This record gives sequence, C-alpha cells and structure tokens, in this order.
Amino acid sequence: MATVTLRNVKKSFGKTDVIHGVDIDIADGEFIVIVGPSGCGKSTLLRMVAGLETITSGEVQIDGKVVNTIEPMERDIAMVFQNYALYPHMSVFDNMAYGLKIAKVPKSEIADRVATAAKLLQLEPYLQRKPRELSGGQRQRVAMGRAIVRKPAVFLFDEPLSNLDAKLRVQMRLEIKALQRELGVTALYVTHDQVEAMTLADRMVVMNGGVADQIGKPLDVYADPQTAFVAGFIGSPPTNFLDGGLVPGLSNGVTLGIRPEHIQMGDPGRLSAHVAYTEALGAETLIHCRLTDGSQLTARQDASVPIPAEGQSIGITWEDGHAMTFDANGRRL
Amino acid sequence: MSDHTGMVEKRGVGLWLTHLGLIIGVLFIFFPIWLAFVASTVTQPEIVRPPMPLLPGDQFFENYGRALTSGINAPVALMLFNSLVMAMGIALGKIAISLLSAFAIVYFRFPLRKTFFWLIFLTLMLPVEVRIVPTYEVIANFGMLNSYQGLILPLVASATATFLFRQFFMTVPDELAEAARVDGAKPMRFFVDILLPMSRTNIAALFVILFIYGWNQYLWPLLITTDPEMNTIVMGIKQMFPSGDDTADWPVIMATSILAMVPPVLVVVGMQRLFVRGLVESEK
Repeated sequence: MATVTLRNVKKSFGKTDVIHGVDIDIADGEFIVIVGPSGCGKSTLLRMVAGLETITSGEVQIDGKVVNTIEPMERDIAMVFQNYALYPHMSVFDNMAYGLKIAKVPKSEIADRVATAAKLLQLEPYLQRKPRELSGGQRQRVAMGRAIVRKPAVFLFDEPLSNLDAKLRVQMRLEIKALQRELGVTALYVTHDQVEAMTLADRMVVMNGGVADQIGKPLDVYADPQTAFVAGFIGSPPTNFLDGGLVPGLSNGVTLGIRPEHIQMGDPGRLSAHVAYTEALGAETLIHCRLTDGSQLTARQDASVPIPAEGQSIGITWEDGHAMTFDANGRRL
Repeated sequence: MSDHTGMVEKRGVGLWLTHLGLIIGVLFIFFPIWLAFVASTVTQPEIVRPPMPLLPGDQFFENYGRALTSGINAPVALMLFNSLVMAMGIALGKIAISLLSAFAIVYFRFPLRKTFFWLIFLTLMLPVEVRIVPTYEVIANFGMLNSYQGLILPLVASATATFLFRQFFMTVPDELAEAARVDGAKPMRFFVDILLPMSRTNIAALFVILFIYGWNQYLWPLLITTDPEMNTIVMGIKQMFPSGDDTADWPVIMATSILAMVPPVLVVVGMQRLFVRGLVESEK
C-alpha cells in the first residue's frame, strides 16, 4: 500500500524527448489507467516508475521516498508484462515463487503465499505445469500471480490484456478490477484501449505526445475533455469536430466538438446535411451525415427512433450545453 | 505410412530402388570400417597373406587386450583417457567461455561492445592451423608442452559457439530479463537461473559437435606432445606406424582405430535426441 508521485518527470532517448514533464499524484489504493495512442510515451512512463528505464529529469516517489536510482526490486513494485514474460522452463509454481526465492523468503512461507495466490486466481490445478501447456488466459493469471505473491506496494500493468481475444479480455478486465479492490493495492495500468481505461480506472491519465493532456475520473474526462485530442480519443465513435466558421455565432479558427449522442436531427436545424449512410448496430444506430461543405458528422440515436433514408436531407441541431469549443491549439475554451 | 499430401511418396519399383541405393551407399561407407574390424580380430600373418580375410577371426580379445594394456608406444587405454580429457576440456571450456562472452555481448552495454563482437567474429578466419606456430611458441614459453592444459587451452576459445549463443540470446524476449530484474535477480543469477536452462538444447547440440571436434584434433597434439604418455588416440594411431624396416602390428593398430571411433559414436548416439532438438527447435 503506497502513494506514487511523479514530479515533472521527463525522458529523452539521445536527443529525442519522449516525455515532456508529467506530474501525477496517486493516492494509496487508487487504480490509475494511463491511456493514449501508440508512441505517446505511456509505456515509457510506466517503465520509469518500475525502474526499468532511467529518469532523465524529475522525480518519482513511491510512498514519499524518491526512487529515481533504486533498482526495480527495491521499489516494492510488481509488474505484469504484455507478453506475460513467464520463465518458459519453470513450472507455474516456480514462476510465482522465483522472486520470493531470490528474496530468501522461507520455503514454507513461499508455499503458503503461492497457494493463496493460486487459489485466488483459480490456478491450483496447474501449479506443476509449464507455461507452454497453459492457455493465454491462464498465462495471464500466472503473470498476475507472480505479481501478487510479492505483496508489492504498487502493481504495474503494461497492456496486460492486449494478447487475449475479445471475450477473454472482458472477463480478465473484470477479474483485474475485482482483484485490485480486494487487495487494495495501488495500481498503474497502461493501455491503448479506451474501454479498459473507462471501466477500470478510478482516475485516468490521457497521454498525447509525451504530455498528460488530462487527468481525472473517467466520466469527468468523457463529459468535460480539456483538449480536442482527449475529446477525439475518448469515446467511440469519436467526437465530431466542426470548423467554427460553419456555425452561426462562432468565429473562424475555433473548433466546435459535439459527441455523436448529442446530435439531434429534424427540421429545421442549425445546419443542414444529407444522410451519407447508416449503420444499425441493434441497440443503437449510427448515422453518418455529410454537411454542405463536405465535412463528415456522425450521430448516434436509439434503435427505437426511425432510421432516416440514405440521401435524405435533414437538419442538425444540438443543445448549447453539449457543445465544446476548442481554440486553434486544441485547448478547451 | 500415412498419405500426407505434400510429402513425396515413392511406390513399387521406385521405393525398392531408393532403398537399394541407400543400402549400397551404406555398405560402401561401412566397408572400410568392417575391414578394420576384421583386421583387428585376426593375427598378423593372416592380414599380410592375400587374400585379405573378410570375416572376423578369433583373436578379438587377444588383440584388443594387447592394444588397451600395452599398445605400441603407449597403452591405448591411456591414449583414450588423454583424448577424453582433451575432448571434454575443449567442449566444456568452449561452451563455458562462449556462453559468458555471448551473455556479455548481448546483455551488457559497455564501450566498444560491437568492436569486441567483431574481433571475436574475426578469429573465425584464424583456425588453429593458421596460428599454430605462434601458438606453439606461446605454449612452449608457458611450459605447457606435454600437458593437458597445453592440449586444451589454445583450442578453447570459439567464435562459432559465441556467435551461436549470441543469436540464441537475442531471440530471448527482453521482457524476460526485465521480469527477472523486477523479481530481484542480479545479472549472474538471471544467467544461471533463466538463460542457462533455456539454452540447454543448444548446449547439448554444441557439446556433440565440439566433443567430436576435440576428439579428432590431430595436428595440435602431434606438435605439442612428444611424450608417448601424453599422446591422444587420433595422433597415436599415426605414431604406431612403423618407421623404416620395422613391421607394422596391424591387428593392434586396427583395434586402436576401432577403439578411437567408439567414444564419438557413443556421444552422438547417446545425445542424438537432444542434438536434433537443439538444431531444429528453439524452446521459448
């Protein structure tokens, strides 16, 4: 159990700066998800907390102690890797016990701790198997077991679910959340999947190009994005962006963002458009419209509402409270 | 046999012809060895008198016993032991050194790392035969003539094995090293606990190749062992040939030849399974 604090953390590889100064305060027991597109520096940030990557400048504190130059093992962390990184020649038991053996924990206690973790993760029947004899989901559990037995202060997850199929991913997502709650351990979780971020996080950090664009509770971030990037990255289908010049009452250079579910259709609207094509997904329908100037717009409506015909002209409107305006740099106005 | 599509399958005459061809090939290769075996079981006059016997005689125990215990210059048992020490020393030494150097080259960042790798690689161009005179000089100055160290040390560095292990280590995912680091394993602990067990099939395959390489060394032992007590078996056979007008004791020489073949064959047969696995599959 511990807090984690990042103070203006920067990282450069040679002359390339990849992290441009990130500040995060993580409370004890909090589940933080770092989300962002590939190459935004989210994994690098996690690896700096883990101690696998040196910190170019700034400070990482775990439980109030600066750990910049401390070896991973002494940081009291445990990490779950994307490819699980299980030792292929060791049994499940030995994989989980390896860290404890190195730490010279007495044999009986190792057996106890591994047994407890195995029970928690339903791995008991597999303890004597080799990793290659396990399925993807079971390997994932072993990787988590290896983290749990250490009883670390902080869990670090580096895209742990990205190698699983869609169904298993949902299941493991729930298990990870339940486990973290049960153990009450502070967790840092890196993913590029916004659904994982929304569902797992107590608070999420949206990274973009080496900067933390926004830090906040998932629903707050969704409802109130601070930058155009966050508005576009979180939410599927993404937020519609319209040039301010098109919209009465807005000036050029300003961008208007409206989420698909906030767009209402019907004459007369603020803008006129025609329906390009529609996608009926069952519970909801996506309607892709084209405005007179050629820009695209997606609306989402309930399946109970009649679906407009393709090619039909319609009016588009929205409530003022739902419109988000961004300046030329993508900052929220 | 099963009818796998994609497998070339011969039927009828073709099948018999293939087997016939293979059998003739095997007989062709095996015939000299058979002759050597026959010659090692008969008496000297029987060998010299034409036609050569083609079936084993009754002198098997007599000849082999004589070879093993007294030989011609030195007992063959002693030469076998010398060869064994040299082959094991070379094989194990090469494996140990190459493992460690490959580990250093792949997992540590130190100045001139690339340079060192290419320097090691460059030595591939300098086999024993090329550097034999300076090497002899060095070993002689160290006073290692007629010693096991002298037989083993100059042959113990291996660019090939270093390269092989380097290639293998590079296929080991980085995450594994990182996981070990998070688990608290120091570099040597990681090497011993994780890398070594993962390389065991490669090590086995290499051991077979290197053991035979060491066992078959001829020129080097010939140069640095003048004392018959230190002769290795492969060169020892040559030393048994008579000089001038002496008559050769062919039954004993042939028995020695057969004995010289046995250990490599045992190693290959004994480690065949591991050997093939090490060549075809990398366990990950």
